[in-house]
Amino acid sequence: MELLNALVLLLNYTIVPAITYGSQLALGAIFVTLVYGVLRFANFATGDMMSFGTMFAVLLTYYFQSVGIGLGILPTALLTIPFAIIAMILYMLFIDNFVFKYYRVKKSAPVQLAMVSVGVMFVTQAIIRIIIGPFDRRFLDGEKFILKASEFKEMTGLNEGLTIKSTQAITVVVTIILVSILFWFLNKTKTGTSMRAYSDNEDLALLSGIDPKRVVMITWIIAGFLATVGGVLYGLDKSYKPFVYFNNMLPIFAAAIVGGIGNPFGAFLGGYVIAFAEIFVTYAYKKFFTYLLPESLEPDSLVQLLSTDYKFAVSFSILVIVLLFRPSGIFEGKKI
Amino acid sequence: MSFFEGNKMTAGYGKGPDIINSCTIKVDQGEIVAILGPNGAGKSTAMKAMLGLLNLKSGSVVIDGVDISKLSPQDRVKKGISFVPQTKNVFAELTVKENLEVGAFLREDNINKVIEEIFDLFPILKVKSSQVVGQLSGGQRQQVALGRALMIKPSILMLDEPTAGVSPIVMDELFQHILRVKETNVGIIMVEQNAKQALSISDRGYVLVTGENKFEGSGDELLNDPEVRRSFLGG
Amino acid sequence: MRKYLNIITAYSIMMILIILVGIFQSWSIALSILNYCLISAVMTMGANIQWGYAGLINFGIMGYTALGGLAVVLVSVAPVPEAWSAGGFNMIMSLILILGIVLVVKYILKKYKSLKYRNYLIALVIVFGIILIRIVASPGIEAIESVNPAKTGFLGGLGMPILFSWIVGGLFAAGLAFLIGKIALGLRADYLAIATLLIAEIVVSIIKHEDWLARGVKNVIGLKRPVPYEINLQTSPWFINLVEKLNQGKLNLISSVSEKKDILNQLVIDASSVYVKLCMTGLFLTVVIILLILTQKALYSPWGRKMRAIRDNEEAAGAMGKNVVKEHLLIFILGSAIVGLAGAMMVTNDGLFTPGSYRPMRYTFVIWVMVIVGGTGNNFGAILGGFAVWFLWVEAGPIALFLINFFTAHLDEANALKVHLIESAPYFRFLMIGVGLLVIMRYRPKGLIPEKINTKKI
Repeated sequence: MELLNALVLLLNYTIVPAITYGSQLALGAIFVTLVYGVLRFANFATGDMMSFGTMFAVLLTYYFQSVGIGLGILPTALLTIPFAIIAMILYMLFIDNFVFKYYRVKKSAPVQLAMVSVGVMFVTQAIIRIIIGPFDRRFLDGEKFILKASEFKEMTGLNEGLTIKSTQAITVVVTIILVSILFWFLNKTKTGTSMRAYSDNEDLALLSGIDPKRVVMITWIIAGFLATVGGVLYGLDKSYKPFVYFNNMLPIFAAAIVGGIGNPFGAFLGGYVIAFAEIFVTYAYKKFFTYLLPESLEPDSLVQLLSTDYKFAVSFSILVIVLLFRPSGIFEGKKI
Repeated sequence: MSFFEGNKMTAGYGKGPDIINSCTIKVDQGEIVAILGPNGAGKSTAMKAMLGLLNLKSGSVVIDGVDISKLSPQDRVKKGISFVPQTKNVFAELTVKENLEVGAFLREDNINKVIEEIFDLFPILKVKSSQVVGQLSGGQRQQVALGRALMIKPSILMLDEPTAGVSPIVMDELFQHILRVKETNVGIIMVEQNAKQALSISDRGYVLVTGENKFEGSGDELLNDPEVRRSFLGG
Repeated sequence: MRKYLNIITAYSIMMILIILVGIFQSWSIALSILNYCLISAVMTMGANIQWGYAGLINFGIMGYTALGGLAVVLVSVAPVPEAWSAGGFNMIMSLILILGIVLVVKYILKKYKSLKYRNYLIALVIVFGIILIRIVASPGIEAIESVNPAKTGFLGGLGMPILFSWIVGGLFAAGLAFLIGKIALGLRADYLAIATLLIAEIVVSIIKHEDWLARGVKNVIGLKRPVPYEINLQTSPWFINLVEKLNQGKLNLISSVSEKKDILNQLVIDASSVYVKLCMTGLFLTVVIILLILTQKALYSPWGRKMRAIRDNEEAAGAMGKNVVKEHLLIFILGSAIVGLAGAMMVTNDGLFTPGSYRPMRYTFVIWVMVIVGGTGNNFGAILGGFAVWFLWVEAGPIALFLINFFTAHLDEANALKVHLIESAPYFRFLMIGVGLLVIMRYRPKGLIPEKINTKKI
């Protein structure tokens, strides 16, 4: 019984939130890694692009709510995702056409493109703040919980409750669907193979008749899906605040590099590595040990490796360690 | 009139000086032609000019009587000219089979038959078909590179130093493969450093010096020419 | 002379703009902008040394700036003896522990080169070390933070002159740069950018959350100044006399004695603030000029030529026997030290240390825009970039407001769009900076004042 309580405690406070957060990071990290692999630059506008897509979802959610369209127990935002994705893709293609394309055709150094993406970051951030403002917004509606702590306690008779928020379930389900489709696309379709070929060896891909324009366009389309869905899921689960999205770029980068940049499957796993590390290192295990250890051995401190203030710092430290020992990422080897 | 010819080609990189000067290379189907010469003679440049990777200042490239000097490399590939670069000539992150599939992107028909033909030519590739190319040995990679280039069923195959950096045993094996490719009625142009070995399997050879044709003749002629021997074949 | 013409023109335009602000807004605002321009120029010079001389992208500017600020607190604030006696011992013990861990890790790295589990061993040492440090430090931290938390709650500094902290700020930043350089300089340029961005974030989060060190987000206010205080000036007879003399003509027009006294009073208050800022300007200008002379000298020295050779062709320079990594590390440290110095100058100028305000947008990316806009590899360009972008950053709001009002003049005051736009005016600065950066990168990729290398000298 004590053991079960301890496990439920861990599940409730670390594993479930980590899987949710990890999924959100994973989508962003795949976005970063695809852009890096195919377009060959580190996109510093990542966080703000996710924010841009989410902004549309938020605005449309408010609109749908005002006219009374909804999904019942599911959040209205799910209904708005397709429209937000379209807006996101259009914006990305617009930016690519008027900004990135020039440098790509000129074959500028990746560093130059990275600096250009900083310009895009500024512009995107400005557009977002001008349209929706810098404030914190919640746009979750529908049923909030799938499983409430009290229900769980009643069901199992344990002391510890397990809460599963609907946003957590939605995040995991949507991520699994999206990522499965993506990996199927990349591995099993001709277009997907051509994307990977282009990312691997551009010159040879051109000689093989792969159309670079098409590859670039499809990359942005996929990026639009990942950025918007990742952003909306994060926003539903927590809240939508432009500055937070900008900052999320940092753990997302960390996830992409930990997974070996340019490697989508690595980025996917990297998201979870970062999320689990952040949460495990900053969780206070006092109660956990109270369940497991006899009374005489019970700890009186919080048994917390680092305070939660250092959540971000943990993921960045992992990044530094990975850079030190395995700069090509911890999932080196077969890609995708 | 040969099947594929580069006539009096003059070209250089960007605004730099001309690397090749009025250089002529010809090849027929079912023939192996070696381009030889000292370092910096413009061997690879001549080949790249024929593929369209750099623009001609004068001269022409003709295949089967059609002038293709103005076509992009991709369009020349569609005309049946395949190219195996010296380095980075495979998709290292893709599997063997995917490499072959990408090689056939320009084909519309069913490629499974072609893949089977390639597997017949290079049996080891069939065994390794689902392995990632990056994990293969050097010789196997070169076979993948050849196989990828053959997927469009080219009439002309251009090889840029196919044996650079492989062991002598692998080199012999590769030359055997190249001879087998020739038997499928493909015209082969190759740039080679290992001049003796290359000439021994070639029908004809060109010796370039500072971007110009210096000698040309059949493989045996060149091998036995005392001047060629002295200057390029090391006695 | 001709080749300096565009530099002189550009600088004159900047000066005229600042003077216009002085005339139309107020001299106090104009001088504030000027001071920040000078600080930005120093930061930009630091980043420019790394990017322009060596092609290194350092997105960790924020970290060095914050460390420079921290140096000001640690050097100039008076020590808090109660806090030291409450928890000083624990903190010193923790420091010794940290040093111990570093030494142990170094020892393992050196001694057990071939050991299979070496990395695990190191990880074990570090985790165990962290736990030990927490056990030792946490009572100390608690004790320190409970010493008069509203005012102190930290160890305080050394109580030394604040100008000294500028040097210390540079040293702090140099130390951090040494560490980062050792870790990350071997990486590809874009990896380096990401790594430095994240490391800076770690540094700032430590400063933010370790309250015992510098009060964290509770801020340290009322820092010392290297220049007089307004309130002292306002009561100094010589200053009042000076103001009176300068405004003689204006004052003579007023007949009423009491009115005259009021106006003089007001003038003295205004003048004191201008005077203080002018003093700061003098200090900052000195720093900028010294740095400019040093960097220009370095740029045209054999060392500068070597650096440019390395930047332009790393492989060839490496083949010629130049130690690329070592030179990169040196330049990385030097550039970062200058940024640290600028961070210390900024906190000195503000008179307060607010760790919560260090955000990458403002302290990393805007600085980088300054570098790109000014002209990479050119120190005059870097200073101009610092001036121009900071000016735009500050004045973008008012400019945007003016434009919005102009274009929506026909709309009703209560029009929703107009109201929304006016409320959003501050965010147009991001738009202007972003568009400015994109335009410069596209049409003037070498910046407003491009790098000019006198080929004859080489």
